Order: sequence, then C-alpha cells, then structure tokens
Amino acid sequence: MPYIAAGDPDLATTAEIIKELSSAGVDLIEVGFPYSDPIADGPVIQASYTRALDKGLKVEQIFETVQKLTTAEDSLPPLVAMVSFAIIFRVGPEAFIKKAEVAGFSGLIVPDLPGDEAEEFAALISGSSLDLVQLIAPTTPDHRVEKILNTASGFLYCISVAGITGARDELPPELNDQLRDLRSRTDLPLAVGFGISKPEQVDILRDVADGIIVGSAIVRHLENVTDDASKAMALKAIRQMADGLVAATHRS
Amino acid sequence: MSSPFLSSPHTVATSQVPDERGRFGEFGRRFVPETLMHALEDLTAHYANVKQDAEFQMELSDLLREYVGRPNPLYFAERLTEHAGGAKIFLKREDLNHTGAHKINNALGQALLTMRMGKKRVIAETGAGQHGVATATACARFGLPCVVYMGEEDIRRQKLNVFNMKLMGAEVRPVTSGSRTLRDAINEAMRDWMSSVKETHYIIGSVVGPHPFPMMVRDFQSIIGLETRLQALEHTGSLPHEVIACVGGGSNSAGMFYPFVDDKNVVLTGVEPGGKGSAPGEHASTLVHGEKGVLHGSYSYVLQDSSGQTSDVHSISAGLDYPGVGPEHSYWKDTGRVNYVNCSDDEALEAFQLLARTEGILPALESSHAIAHGIKAAGKRSKDENVVICLSGRGDKDVYELARILRKDI
Repeated sequence: MPYIAAGDPDLATTAEIIKELSSAGVDLIEVGFPYSDPIADGPVIQASYTRALDKGLKVEQIFETVQKLTTAEDSLPPLVAMVSFAIIFRVGPEAFIKKAEVAGFSGLIVPDLPGDEAEEFAALISGSSLDLVQLIAPTTPDHRVEKILNTASGFLYCISVAGITGARDELPPELNDQLRDLRSRTDLPLAVGFGISKPEQVDILRDVADGIIVGSAIVRHLENVTDDASKAMALKAIRQMADGLVAATHRS
Repeated sequence: MSSPFLSSPHTVATSQVPDERGRFGEFGRRFVPETLMHALEDLTAHYANVKQDAEFQMELSDLLREYVGRPNPLYFAERLTEHAGGAKIFLKREDLNHTGAHKINNALGQALLTMRMGKKRVIAETGAGQHGVATATACARFGLPCVVYMGEEDIRRQKLNVFNMKLMGAEVRPVTSGSRTLRDAINEAMRDWMSSVKETHYIIGSVVGPHPFPMMVRDFQSIIGLETRLQALEHTGSLPHEVIACVGGGSNSAGMFYPFVDDKNVVLTGVEPGGKGSAPGEHASTLVHGEKGVLHGSYSYVLQDSSGQTSDVHSISAGLDYPGVGPEHSYWKDTGRVNYVNCSDDEALEAFQLLARTEGILPALESSHAIAHGIKAAGKRSKDENVVICLSGRGDKDVYELARILRKDI
C-alpha cells in the first residue's frame, strides 16, 4: 500500500504515478493532501508537501484530478485520502466528505483526529460511502484501543514506531505482539505503516499484517524531479520499488 | 465560513472552563496524532494531582518568591500617566522577574511537574527566546537536559537569548522548515515529542496546543492576575477599571485576565500585533482578522487561507509572530468577555521609546504593543479611573533589532 503526496511535483505526475502503482498491482493507494503544518510527518514527506504547496496547490484541484482518474480508469485499487483535520474543518466536514465521495475516494485517514475527537466526524461519515480509517500507535494503551475500534472502519492503520513518518532500518520487537493482540479484537484488516521501506521488513510482517504502507521511501524519489528526464527516472524507480514490495507481499 | 460542526452556543464567559475534554465553550480539545494521546491523558491526570497537592504548590510558590523574585510590583507610572492625560496607568512589572519576562512562571511550574512525572528530559519551542531562556533556566536549576527548538529567522533576531540559553547548558536546535519562526519551532518540538514521549516532557510556552496545555499554562501564569488584584486593591482601594495585555499565543494575557473573568466590571483588552497592515501576511492579528480552524492540536481562531493552509504572518516582535492563539482567548472573544484590538509595528516602536524616556523602563517589543494601546485607552478615561498594563517582559533582548530598524549603530 504505497503513499504519495498529491501535487508533487504536479498533479499530472501524481496521476501518472497512481496509474503506474496500480499496474504494479498494489492493494490500495494513499493520497496525501499537502498541509503546511504536518506534525506527524518526517522531513521527506514535509518537503514533498512544501514542493506542492509552493506551486499554489488547492484542495479543489486534488479532487478534480482524482475524479478524472477514477472515472477514466476502471481497474484502480481503492484510493484513500490522508488529510489533516485542519483542512477538512476549513472546507467544512460535510462538504469535504461529499467532495471526496464524488472524486471516487474509498476512505479518509485523518492523522490528527484521534478516537476521542472522532465521534462527530465518524457519525457524519457513516452516512457516506467512505470509510474512516483510524490509527493505533505503539503508545496506545488498552482502554484507548476499545474506543478507537468503535469508530474505525475500512482497515486499521497500525503505526509501527512512536514517532514521525520516515524510513527506518529496524522495526520494534513489540510490534508483532501488538498486531496479534489487535487481530484477536477486530475483524478489520491490519495495515502497518511508518518506518517501512524494504522488502525484508515486509517479510517479517507478512504473517501478522494484512497490508504494509510505504510512504517516505517512495516520495523520496520525487525530490529531484526538475524536467521530463528526471521525472521518467523517478517514475521508473517508484515502479521498481512497488514491484519489489508487491512481490515480497505475495511471497509465502 | 464557520461550520456548525463542533459549535456550541456561547452565553456568558465563566472561569469554570475547560471541561474534562479540554473545551472552552466550543474551542480547544485535542487534534493530535494518536501517538501523543496517551501522554496527554497522563499529563492531564498528573496535573490534576499537583493542582490539589499542597506540597507541590508550596514548592512552586517558594521558588517564585526566592528564585523569581515575586511578587513583582504594580508600579504607578506617573510620567506616562501625565503623557496619556487620563486614567492613572499602573504597570505590572513582569519584566523584573528573574530572566526578564513572565515566561519563567510557567517554565518552573512545568519543570517541577516534569520531575513529578519521572520524566528525564525536557524540550521546548521558543519565538523571541524568552520562553527558551526561561525553560533553559528552570532546567539548569533542576539539572534536567533541555533542547530548545527555535526558527532560524528568530535566531537571527534574538542572538542574545540564543547565547544565554547555551550558557545555561541548553541545546538550541535551529528550525529551517516553513517560515522559520515560532510556528515551525512548535511543529519541530511536537515531532521530537512524538518520538521521545516516554522519557520527555514538552514544556510548551503559551496557552496553545492540545488539552491540558492551554489550561495548565494559564493556571501557572495566573499568578500575574492574582497579584495584580491584591495590589490594585492595596494601591487604589478598588479593582482596576481596565486591564490591558498583549496577545501572541496569549500566555501573559491569559494569566493576567483569568483572575478577573468573573469581575464583570473590569474591562479586559487584548492587544494583537497589527504589523504593517491588514492584508494577509502583513500582521499576526489572529483574533481581529482570523477565522475558526485547527492548528497545533487545538481548535481556535487561526490565520489560514481558504484551503486550510496556515498563512504567513508578520510582526516586528518575534514573540507575537504566530498565526494561532490560545483557545480560551477565542472563547473570551466569542462571549464578548475580552475585547481584542491590534496596534501596528510603528506604534509599538514608538511606545517602546516613549516608555524608555518617560519612565526609564525598556519594555519588550511584545509588551510595547500593550503599552501603545494602553496610552490610548487611558487617555479616553477620566483621571479618577485606573488602568493596568501588563509589562510582560523587558526590552534588552530587542535593542539590537531596534537599532537596526532605527538605523543606529550600537
């Protein structure tokens, strides 16, 4: 399950990357809405957001691009928007849900809307076709897990490490225990994200997780896109990476 | 463009806020990643304990007396009063605190709390550097390792404070992302905290951020308003007619106003940085010009564009250069309890020099905003009325910047 930020370096490229990832056979694509103050994100994704915002990217344009794509292509995997509540609130929660539905998104991940604050929004979204994907952190205590499971739908986003997004060499050993515990408490698929960049890490998680989210390691390839040649190189590198990760997911 | 979502009717402001979810009326709450939620719950519980704990409160008040030098005076500014030509002007002298500003009240309270929680490391953000210095000071006093995040642009504007922090053993980490000011320093401190939350406490410097920070910082700063009440009664036999303080994130003003919230006859006025004008990017007047939104973990007034992206802001004062404001201020604005106005860079600069000449006091550029408005407000009142202005910090840190602007060599 790859993650990319919309509009980096431009929306046309975002559409091309989504098609490329789709043909690599990924299960789901997360589309990040660039935000000026992303406190959960590491330097790679923040830089990607900044590149997109510096070009004057507007929320409306992201919806337009995604709508075109979901209308034209019928074999796309589900697209899930990763978007700060600051943006949703400004657009208006009801309006945002409607626009996301029309664009063809399958769900929303709102990283700064924790379980306690999600009730009103979860109630709104339950009347739509969208899922509200909730996050669980290594620091989440037992009593919070229950609360979160009550408002979660789609899948559970399990944060592998306490910290921000960004590739890491190792995953914490407690992760497997937490995933096994969650497995016993919910039927929702479990996806693991933050810190994952290599097929070997996918190997370790294959038996305990249903999905692996890779973000910074993909976004990094867009850092030096300045012209058509560098863009073609970036697309190729992203495709290779996706192929490797998809193959690792399907190994048994 | 306010959404009915999140809203609840505002009636009359009360001091009985926030509720257990951190709501000041509709404002506040916790819009942060799940990774931080347990730490915030934990902090809320620990803070509730120490609030009731006589030993903790005694330790803090001893420190405030012996180490900070409280109570500081409520000083009658006779020549400034003459200049304004109206009500008597009193200055609450937070500038006379150890480290030269009100920030130490909160930093010491939170440093004591850090130790109560058994945490071993402290991080902080700073704009003008006053909160960074206060936190570095508290950490030096208690032997806690301390990292201060500070925007590159602010490091340039506030070299003296950067050097002071280093002298006290703090590590100052320059923040190069975004606007390189206070807002980005908060982002970086939050990111650090996400990865280090088990052993680290984040001493936030203003009444902003997720619950319980806005409440806790207000409480630690309320010593300002509590002393002012008693001193005003001693000096004049009555409560002041008007109390004025500057508002960036809003900590000195929250601490000053809170003890007066239920005294309906006391007029409360917050002064925001008006910068160079009213166009977006020229000011940081969040309450005067902003709209409701979410920033840095709480729901409050913010300066944003129509897509929810945080606007660039400007103020001559690094401590007020912030696109958000504490949620309790938003509550006070919407209930009409506090009146929010702004004053320009130029008016603040003028007030700085005026206070220096009339009273022999160099105010911080932040506090100069309150002085500038206070002179106008006092001028419109009769001579038998009293106005209190919070002189939240001293201006030594600003003289290099002032000389640069006035094109004078030092």
